[in-house]
Parts: sequence; C-alpha cells; structure tokens
Amino acid sequence: MLTESHRKLNDARYSQRIGAGDYFMRTVKAGETVRIVDVDGNEAADTLFYSATDPAERYSANDTVREQGNVYLGTGSVLRSNRNNPMLEIIADTCGRHDTLGGACSSESNTIRYAHDRRCMHSCRDNWMNAIQENEHFGVTKRDIAHNINFFMNVPITPEGGLSFADGISGPGKYVEMKALMDVIVLISNCPQLNNPCSGFDPTPLEIAVWDS
Amino acid sequence: MTQPLYEYTVPRGHHWSFRMRRNRALRLTDVEGGGNLGMLIFNPELLLERYNAPDTMKAQQTFRLTQGNCLYSDMGRCLASIIQDDFGGHDSASGTLTRRACFERFGRWTFQEYMNEWCLSGEESFLTELAKYGLGERDLHANLNLFSRVETDEDGTMRYVDSHNRPGASVTLRFDMDALVILTTSPHPLNPAKNYPKKPIQVEFLKTDPVTADDECLNAHATSRRALENTRLYYLDDPVLFENAGGA
Repeated sequence: MLTESHRKLNDARYSQRIGAGDYFMRTVKAGETVRIVDVDGNEAADTLFYSATDPAERYSANDTVREQGNVYLGTGSVLRSNRNNPMLEIIADTCGRHDTLGGACSSESNTIRYAHDRRCMHSCRDNWMNAIQENEHFGVTKRDIAHNINFFMNVPITPEGGLSFADGISGPGKYVEMKALMDVIVLISNCPQLNNPCSGFDPTPLEIAVWDS
Repeated sequence: MTQPLYEYTVPRGHHWSFRMRRNRALRLTDVEGGGNLGMLIFNPELLLERYNAPDTMKAQQTFRLTQGNCLYSDMGRCLASIIQDDFGGHDSASGTLTRRACFERFGRWTFQEYMNEWCLSGEESFLTELAKYGLGERDLHANLNLFSRVETDEDGTMRYVDSHNRPGASVTLRFDMDALVILTTSPHPLNPAKNYPKKPIQVEFLKTDPVTADDECLNAHATSRRALENTRLYYLDDPVLFENAGGA
C-alpha cells in the first residue's frame, strides 16, 4: 500500500545525505519521525535498530514478521524487538514493500554468493563494523549485528518457497517514514554491493531526515 | 551409516546443548509427528561465528530448507549440510516461542506445580543453554525450526502448515565444522494448538563418510561449494576434493 507523508523537508530537525558505502548511526527519540529517501532509486538501505537505553534490545526480523503474519514490511508494519516490544511503526511508504529476510552483504558472503575473488569489496557488514568501532559509546558490538531490514529492496518469496533478489520496485525519490515508539539507535549502511540488483549495480546516495514529535 | 554413537530423546518442552564434531552427523526424528526442534549453531572456537539464516536462505534462493541445502555461518563457511530429509522444507524465519506468548497461550508452567512435567518456552530454553557458554540474549539470533513448515502466499502472508507433520519424519545434518549446538523442543511459535504440544525429538549421533566429489550438498548449489571451500580453508584441509570436483 502506497502512503504519502504530509511532512515537509524544510520542517525537519535535520537531514543529511548518506553516500553509497557510508553509514549513519545516531539516536532518534520516541515520538520523532525518521524518513529514509532513495534519492536516485534502486538503492538498498540496510538498517538495524537498537534500544538507546539498552542495546541488547534490538530489531528482530523474526519477531516482526511472525507477529504481523507477513514476510514483507510496509505501511502499518510495527518493527519489533527481540523482546517482542514495538520499536518503530512505518507510517508512510511510497515504495510499497521492503525486505527483512535477505540480510546484509558481507565480505564473507560475497565469497559464497559470487566468487572468492569478490572478498575484498566493500559491504554492508564491513560498513557496520566501521560504524560500531567509530561509535563505541553506543555499546553495540558484533554480537548485536543481527538480521536487518533492507529498505527499498525487493526480495520476492514465492508460494513454492523460492526466494530471490529481484530488480528494485523502488525509484528516484521514493521514501519510507517511521515513527519511533522508543528511543532508538538507527544504524544504516548505504549498500555498496556491486554484484546484484539490490543497488541497481550502481550504488547511489540515500537521504535521511528527522522531525521532532 | 552404521549404528549410532549415541542416542537421546529430548522430551517435550525442554532443551539440550552439546559440542558436535565435524564429520559426524545428527539424525533427528520427530517421533510422534507435530514436533518442533529449535536449533542454534555456533563455532565453539569463535563464538561470534554462528548460523546465519539470511545468508543461508538468500545464497540458496530458498525460504525453506531441505535435503541438499547447507547451513552457512555469518563468516561465509558451511557449518552443516542437510544430507537427508524426509520432512521437506523446514522453517528458519519465524523465531521461537517467547516466554510471554507461552504464558499467554498455554498458561504458567511453574516447576513447583508441575515438577519435571513442566513445559518451557523456546526463549527460556535457548537462554538457559546459552548461559552455559557465557552467551546470552545478544547471541540469540534467527534459529532453525526443524519439523515445522511455514508457507507464504503471493502477498507474503505466513501460514503454519499443520498437515505437513507426520510421525517418524527425520532429517540428518552432517557437520562440516565443529559446532556448539543448542536445541529446544518447544513448539513452533505459529503452531495454533490450543494446548501446549508435548512432542519429543530423538537425537542420534552418527559417523559420516567423507565428502566426495559427487556429494549432493557440495553439488546442489555453487554457493555451497564455495562455502565448503571456505570451511576447508578454515581447517586447512587437503584441497584435492574441490579441485577434482571442478567448478560449478
């Protein structure tokens, strides 16, 4: 379901670009609204959330899909934690469907999925490793790097049980907007993957904006 | 495969964990039908390396896991291979039965009242076993739910398929790496049963044959060949097998 937001970028508390292969790691408070924009289209925003008060509580893909009884995320999806608490709710979405089963790319998974000579290419999980090293004050470690959301990524699951990375259903300027239901650390890797359609083989910037409650 | 090296039947609603050795297998049997075996797998030498459901599913392009599939770690290695499966299509997307859901759906199971007949949630079961290895909630990542089938429709709606269950269904995992295996026989979280499903799962430890060039799991997906090659690198095993097997 496509739903637009009434919020204007001019009213945002702040907004910033995340270049391809860069990360964003910052706290968003309960009641605030956060928007992620797929600026040029076909980009994947590999996203994790943690409770700002106790990062052992984190976004859980399993709890989220099980409790909503559906494997895709869209408007109305409540993003739940590993303690099965609501963390954020998707309140606007002009893309229509987002993945949370496909996980994030890594140097190691590149060797499995493509070839051993693709090991030394930048990846989302390496990007997260940089993020947690450079932001140790958040207390997030590799133990906490779990199953993420891939905003703007199209991973159709067929009734026969097939799962594949398909061409994006996103496009330039499409966005997803969430309301935080608790204070959360937002950790985004703007996917640098060059080997599959998740970034349209051409990783491009994302934009993030946050509005006060 | 010969006589099991060891056998134990995990009773309903309980948990167990053990060190598994590479080149040994676990044959798991849903004795009565309608059981569920929640499983987590770690590398005991590097506990930060663990079974990774998304990498496993996306690299083999499947939502359900069955014979021929391999279970990958987050470090790009093959932890285990599903060398036999007559259940067909196990879940790894639904997580486990939470303490809260278990209480709300099935009531409170205190030891005081039920003694060892009590039935635990998957969450409590996993956390109890994880704690024995210095692990905890933060290490509780997406688990396997063996003997539970979940299907989705065109819109992505999930459905637990009760009719797929049958007594005596078995699945055999060959361990390609040493592993720490954590198990719970708590029911699948989407199992709609009104009363706590009390189902045991039999666990048998078997010797396995070495992986040969015609191994089904080695050949089923090019990704698994590369994951097994990464496992070979980890142990610095003889490379002959993979060279002879050729590219895929």
